[in-house]
Amino acid sequence: MNELTPPSFNPPSGAQVRAVHDAFHGDLLEVSMGPHHPSTHGVFRMMVTLDGETIVKLKPVFGYLHRNHEKLGENTTYLSSMPYTDRLDYLNSMTNNWAYALAVEKLAGQSVPERAEYLRVILAELTRLLNHTCLAGFLLQDCGASGTPLMYAFREREKILDLFEALSGSRMMCNYQRFGGCRVDPSPEWLTAAQSLTDGYGRFLDEYESLITQNEILMARTQGVGVLSPALAVSAGVTGPMLRATGVNYDLRKVDAYGFYPRFPFRVPLGDHGDTYDRYMIRILEMRESITILQQAFRTLPSGPIIDPKAKLRGFRPKPGEAYGRIEGPKGEIGFYLISDGSPNPYRYRVRPPSLVNLTILEDLCLGQTLADAVIILGSIDIVLGEVDR
Amino acid sequence: METLEHLRNRLAIAFPRSEVVIVNNPSPSAQHSLLISADHARVIARHLRDEADLQLDYCSNVTGIDWPEKEIIETIKPAQTDPAGGAALGTEQKIKRLQPGYLEVVYHLYSMALGHGPVILRLRTINRADRVELPSLTPVWRSCEFQEREIFDLFGVVFADHPDLRRILMWDEFKDHPMRKDYVEPDDYEWEPTPHGPVLAKAKVHYAALTPVAAAAPGTAPASGSAPAPMSAPGPIASPAGGPAIALPLAVETPPITKAPATAQSPTLNPAAPSAAPRP
Amino acid sequence: MEELYNWGRSHSVWPLQFGLACCAIEMIAASMAKFDIARFGSEVFRPSPRQADLLIVSGTVTKKMTPQVVRLWNQMPEPKYCIAMGACAISGGPFKQGYNVLKGIDRFIPVDIYIPGCPPRPEALLNGLMALQEKIRAQKLSGPDAPRHLRADDPCEYPVPGFGEHDLLPTKNPVLWQAPSIVRKE
Repeated sequence: MNELTPPSFNPPSGAQVRAVHDAFHGDLLEVSMGPHHPSTHGVFRMMVTLDGETIVKLKPVFGYLHRNHEKLGENTTYLSSMPYTDRLDYLNSMTNNWAYALAVEKLAGQSVPERAEYLRVILAELTRLLNHTCLAGFLLQDCGASGTPLMYAFREREKILDLFEALSGSRMMCNYQRFGGCRVDPSPEWLTAAQSLTDGYGRFLDEYESLITQNEILMARTQGVGVLSPALAVSAGVTGPMLRATGVNYDLRKVDAYGFYPRFPFRVPLGDHGDTYDRYMIRILEMRESITILQQAFRTLPSGPIIDPKAKLRGFRPKPGEAYGRIEGPKGEIGFYLISDGSPNPYRYRVRPPSLVNLTILEDLCLGQTLADAVIILGSIDIVLGEVDR
Repeated sequence: METLEHLRNRLAIAFPRSEVVIVNNPSPSAQHSLLISADHARVIARHLRDEADLQLDYCSNVTGIDWPEKEIIETIKPAQTDPAGGAALGTEQKIKRLQPGYLEVVYHLYSMALGHGPVILRLRTINRADRVELPSLTPVWRSCEFQEREIFDLFGVVFADHPDLRRILMWDEFKDHPMRKDYVEPDDYEWEPTPHGPVLAKAKVHYAALTPVAAAAPGTAPASGSAPAPMSAPGPIASPAGGPAIALPLAVETPPITKAPATAQSPTLNPAAPSAAPRP
Repeated sequence: MEELYNWGRSHSVWPLQFGLACCAIEMIAASMAKFDIARFGSEVFRPSPRQADLLIVSGTVTKKMTPQVVRLWNQMPEPKYCIAMGACAISGGPFKQGYNVLKGIDRFIPVDIYIPGCPPRPEALLNGLMALQEKIRAQKLSGPDAPRHLRADDPCEYPVPGFGEHDLLPTKNPVLWQAPSIVRKE
């Protein structure tokens, strides 16, 4: 090795460390965090350049879970892609399914019966509860509260997963929505169980908040950390709770008014500072709004068919054309762009992943923060690698 | 928001030298798009973002599409008709022409300030081979950054003035552009119980390369019924294409195995090393 | 003596905190209060491979990730075991027709237990863990069937693949895995 190349070595645990000489900063340390690291967000890698403990440069590297979902979409029929959409954002399969079904229904011009729309709203809001609960648990684990908040979060998650399993047959990969409606009609017992779960969820949130929200350590670690300005958020295409934490009022449930959301009045919580604490609190408040929506939906659920009688599942060939359908998933705007050429397979099948676009500003948020804060900031962005890499 | 025709006319007046064409979308979604020329794309994008009544400040989705070249057969009907009402004069002509292929990038724009959208922009490259440059719209909307990198990685479109154009999903040494329609996957033969379609076609190629017993009599028992292949070094190591069949011996012998090189970076395996029977 | 040694080993298998994709969430759920992997001895999921006994490969292994998986496996000290959890880790799973998907982690590292499912329920993971515990308990401490760490001639480090222009180099470890040669009858 010549003297111009700084020495490199491979320490244990797989992190590659290199000393980099920079005229302005002196000795900088380049650390590769990941793709295997204890933060539970998946196979994500950050090439971080450190000046002491402060981050000077951060480049995210992903693709470690690239499973060529879009190419598979071109090689399978429209309906066969539905189980693959479960595996995109693998925590929230119902909302992925709905986004895809919405895009195909726009492409083919299909309508959805009333009961199915109500069911979609119910399941989407249950999924939102599930996702935000998980995020609360994982964020606290990233802060260092190793295990216990996550145990509380997963205790509630298991209850919702039991509901999903009773309805669709699978805990996580539900494959439930169809083009023109839903697959299975829930029984009255299921509706009763879901209703009692929803009514009890407020008490769980109260218990959780009494332990966590006013916690000094959480507040010290997350307030003022990773501040995102509204202008940068809009330009970077950030959507979901992360955008609303900066104060921008853009919730697709209100803007696009898809499904029957206009029938359920609810509030959209907005943040003031755009820091990690706001992002965490927005999700807690959104969970409370989801409970409101769910209670209204259960009260007014009509009876009727759950799938459009004219919907053709086998031999589905939409006319040539294209459509872009999007919904407000728990992580942000999830959209599907489909181009059809009249054949049973789509010509182009594109997923617009909220996690990927939300990651655009990761470097901006982490500059000047310490390495420990980078983990918390990443946790508050709420990414899922299945979606980032597809 | 105004209609697309109105928007198109506005843009044509504001940028007279650029080409703004409406691309019709025949599906019920009625999401028609604007095809704009590459050299004025960035000024048009800035105009769309900054105009007070448009304020399309949010670029939601950037998609790459591969349109390979297509053979189009046009039928030209005879021009002259018999005024007396008889048969037409002249014959029908069928002309074949090759529509050149291109790569296309589609931008879905929305407005967070005013809540309207989508306005869909399309940019096309000149061809799929060497003239694949397009201007990057990352200086206008930051959200295009990773998505344009992905299109570069998977389709091969080179975006000019992108701040950091390199592969994002595949590893850096990868050479192909996998989402193109003419991408051929590396041959990774593995036995499948019920192959059909292109998988069966690939499998049949490998069936032919198997032991002569199997190749000569396709209806006979599989090769594993024959005597186990000798496990001597260098032995029947399967080449990456599947190679000659190796019957997995049922009785496992464990010959002494030399220790594999204990370095963290040893990418190549020496195929001449003595093979070990697979562990039970 | 053997029983005591194996009993101690099998009841304190410490997994590595290693989750790739959807199966990782079920693995986390298995370690949570409802399914509780801790009562099987796998209380602590170690973040460092130097302290772990068990690599649960949960989720799709892509070709980009394969060198890191093999490197982690090499860094784990013997005795070490591997569970391939989920269809993707066994053989590529639903993403088998993928240019970036490795068709099964057993192409590069030796797998002891395969747990099918997409994703397998946490109970299935516990079942697989129990099967692994039985396997450990049944291991003889001497002779040709002894586990790897008690034999001087067995490799505990496997070659790490590199990135080629179109695929990994090499695409598999021929010592560990060869494509089965059964021909489909016409």
